[in-house]
Parts: sequence; structure tokens; C-alpha cells
Amino acid sequence: MNKKSPLQIVGGMGILVAQVFREARKPPYYFGLICEQIWSIGVGSLPLVLITALATGSVMALQFGYGVAKFGGKLYVPKVVALTILREMGPVFTSLLVAGRIGSGITSEVASMKISQQLDAMRALGTSPTRRIVTTRIIAALISVPLLTLFSDYVGLLGAMLVCKNELGIHTSFFIAKCIETIRISDFLAGMAKTVVFAFFIALTACWRGLETAGGTEGVGRSTTWTVVTTSIFIMISDFFLTKFLIMTGFQV
Amino acid sequence: MSVVLKVENICKSFGEKKVHQGITFNLHEGEILSLFGGSGSGKSLLLRSIIGLEKPDSGHIYFEDKDIPTLSEEALLDIRKKIGFVFQNGALFDSLTVAGNLAYPLKEHTKDSPQHIQEKINIMLDLVDMRNAADLLPNELSGGMQKRAGLARALMLEPKIILFDEPTAGLDPTNTRRLLDNILRLKETRHITGIFVTHDIPSALAIADSIAILYEGKIAIRDTVANIQASTDPLVGAFLNPEKTK
Repeated sequence: MNKKSPLQIVGGMGILVAQVFREARKPPYYFGLICEQIWSIGVGSLPLVLITALATGSVMALQFGYGVAKFGGKLYVPKVVALTILREMGPVFTSLLVAGRIGSGITSEVASMKISQQLDAMRALGTSPTRRIVTTRIIAALISVPLLTLFSDYVGLLGAMLVCKNELGIHTSFFIAKCIETIRISDFLAGMAKTVVFAFFIALTACWRGLETAGGTEGVGRSTTWTVVTTSIFIMISDFFLTKFLIMTGFQV
Repeated sequence: MSVVLKVENICKSFGEKKVHQGITFNLHEGEILSLFGGSGSGKSLLLRSIIGLEKPDSGHIYFEDKDIPTLSEEALLDIRKKIGFVFQNGALFDSLTVAGNLAYPLKEHTKDSPQHIQEKINIMLDLVDMRNAADLLPNELSGGMQKRAGLARALMLEPKIILFDEPTAGLDPTNTRRLLDNILRLKETRHITGIFVTHDIPSALAIADSIAILYEGKIAIRDTVANIQASTDPLVGAFLNPEKTK
């Protein structure tokens, strides 16, 4: 791909979004391909997401538990850990993992199809790559990533609960009671709302970059790296603004 | 014979480089036109423009009373079902078997039953001598087989026109002969209409009804194969007998 200015990138992605919305309303709908992609993005990423969530929840509880123990705040660990996981760690970590695993996969697949003229062949056979490739992946990501986050939240809390019980001496029933007392549905929904934005951006960016790839196999490699870096940075930065927006609108306190 | 494709004054530039500078020709039903031209003369670009994969800067390409360059991508999808394109490298979908590649256009655009699709695939595989390769993936095929599978896939929707983009490039004489035999068989049995872009003069002479030479962005010469072979025009000589004209 020729080096593009940020304006060209935003413009190109904007045009692709418009195409997706225009074409998604018309048949064919490719339900089978969407299911395949949900399997690939969702089920394929599940082990990685769950292991990361378990480790993150456990380490967070451990670090926080020993850190606040000096000030006698050990009993606050369930509250703080639960809020952090649901609002931030679950959505952000899951999205970052998906960006790395799936974003790169989508880009390399689409880019390889581009340089081997398979996308041209698809168009020449009367199929829209936007409808068949981009839309299916965006829909699959919009379904899969929030579900992955849901699992990640639960497993993260499970890890924190196990550490609280075995390392900090906080009883399981106390942990669960504090979680229920602290967590509100808005905390959960705020995290889910973020993942929807992240999922859309990951799939869109990965597809767009794949479609724009030029320069042979070296170009495929460059595109893949670009996707992972760009989506990761977007997730980090947009997380701040999304959190700020949710606080300002009173959705999250 | 009726005109099925009308190309009028096509111009296309890439920056300063003017590739097409007013290409005009008609393609008649049942005619195979071979298109010669030097490397970079815009032969493949012309085929891509005809099927709407590239948009010319100006000019018209009429197919079924529709001007292809003015059509939206959505409208082009319908046109492309009626114009087959045989890519230089086959451009097979690498995650699908040969049979899967052949089934693709039928699954996309028809409501044929799986049994009917299988029957059509078998007929087409017989036509290109690839019955035994149905379950192979593209990376398990030789270059010649990939091109023949690409030809078979382009024919699945029974298009009105077939565009061949250097189908014999890079093939050994045996595979070239085999591919040409397949095309000749299609010409005899299905009376296909097409444009055959190539550098391979003997192949072009073997299957074409007429020949056009693309030179300096225009169709410099267009005539029947017999007239071209008898021509004393130095430009024709440069393509047909490059050794003699040196």
C-alpha cells in the first residue's frame, strides 16, 4: 500500500463503512459465513481470552490485596477488583487480544486474497467482497467480542475470588456478596458498550487494510503489523474517551 | 452477426502515462478476437475495464444497452454474471477445492440443487479434462491445471462473453496445446464469444476469428486472421514475424 495520510485513511474507512451499511440491508446475507466467522473469532479466541482473564483477575486481586493490607483495606478488594474487571480490564484486555489474534488474521487473509487476485475474481464472478467478506466479519465481531468479554468478566472475577479465598483469607460468600452489592447493571453495560465500539473498529480496520494492501507478501506482512498496532492504539485511546463520555452522560458513576 | 460489445473511444491514464488513447472496436456474437500489444500497452487493463474492475477516464463500453463505466458497483455485479473472466494465474479461491471453485458462482447466483450443481461441475470438469482433480486444492494443481480450472469456473454461469487474460502465459507447449484444445472445443460446442489477450502468436492464430493490435493506446489494426497473416504492414510484421522485421 502506498503511504496514506491520516485523512485518506479516515476517508477510505468512512467509504467502506458507508458501503457496509448500504449493502448489509440487501440479500444475500451469508448467514453461514457469519456463523463460520463467529466460530473463528469467538470460539477460536476463547481459550486465550479465558486464560488471560483468569491470570489478570488473580494477579489484580493479589497485588491489590497485599498493597492495601498495610492500610487495613483488604476487605475492599472484592469491590475494587469487581468494578475494575467489569468496567475496564474485561473489555479492554479482551479487545486487545482479539485485535492481535483476529485483526491480524483478517488482514492477512484479505490481503493475501487481494494480491493473488482472488478479490478481483470474486468481483468478476458477480460477488461483492464488501458484502461477502467485510460485512460478515464485522457482524461476527459485533456478536463475538461482547460474548467473549462476558466470559472474560466472569472468569476474571473467578480468578480474583480464588486468590481472595486462598491468599487473602476473604471468604467466597463475602466476595460474592460484595460483588453483588457493588456491581450495577450499568457497570456491566458500560463495559459491553465499549466492546461493541472496539469490535466494530477492529473488524473494519482489519478488512480495510487488507483490501488496500499492495506490494506482494512483504505488503501482507506490513499490513498485518499496521492493523495490530493501529487497533491496539485505538482501543487504548478510545477507552479513555468512552469512559469520559459514559461518566459525563451519567451512565457510569 | 449482432454486436454484443461495443467499445467507444476509451481513454485511461495513470498520472502522466497515457495507456489508452481512444480505443474503439466492436465484438460480434460468436467471434473470438485476439488482442496483441506490447508489454504495458494496456491489454489486460482493457479487459478489466470491460468487466468494470477499472474505470476508464472517458469513453463508453456498451453491453446489453448499458454503458459499463457509468454503472454502480451494485449494477456491475449483474453484468459480471454475463461476462466471464479467465485470469492469467487462474485466481482460484485457495481455500476451496476445484469443485468448490466451480460451484461458487452457481451457489452465489442460482438456486440450483446440490445435485444439479454437481452435475454441472462434472460436465465442466470433463470439458477441461480435470475430472480427477475435483477434490484437489489449488495449491495441489500445476500451473496449467489452475488455468484450466479458472477457465471452467468462468464458464459455469454460461456467460455471453469470455475475456481471456493471457491464459497461456508461462505454460509449457503441452499444457498450452491442452488449454487451446479446451477453448477450441468450447468454440465448437458452445459458440463462445470472447476476447483473447496474449503474447502467444501461434495460440492466438489457432483460436481467433479476428486479430486486433493495440499500439500507442489505440487499436492500430483490426482484421481477420487470414488478412492479418497476409498483411505486409510493418506493424503486423513486428508482431507476427519479429525476427524478419529486425
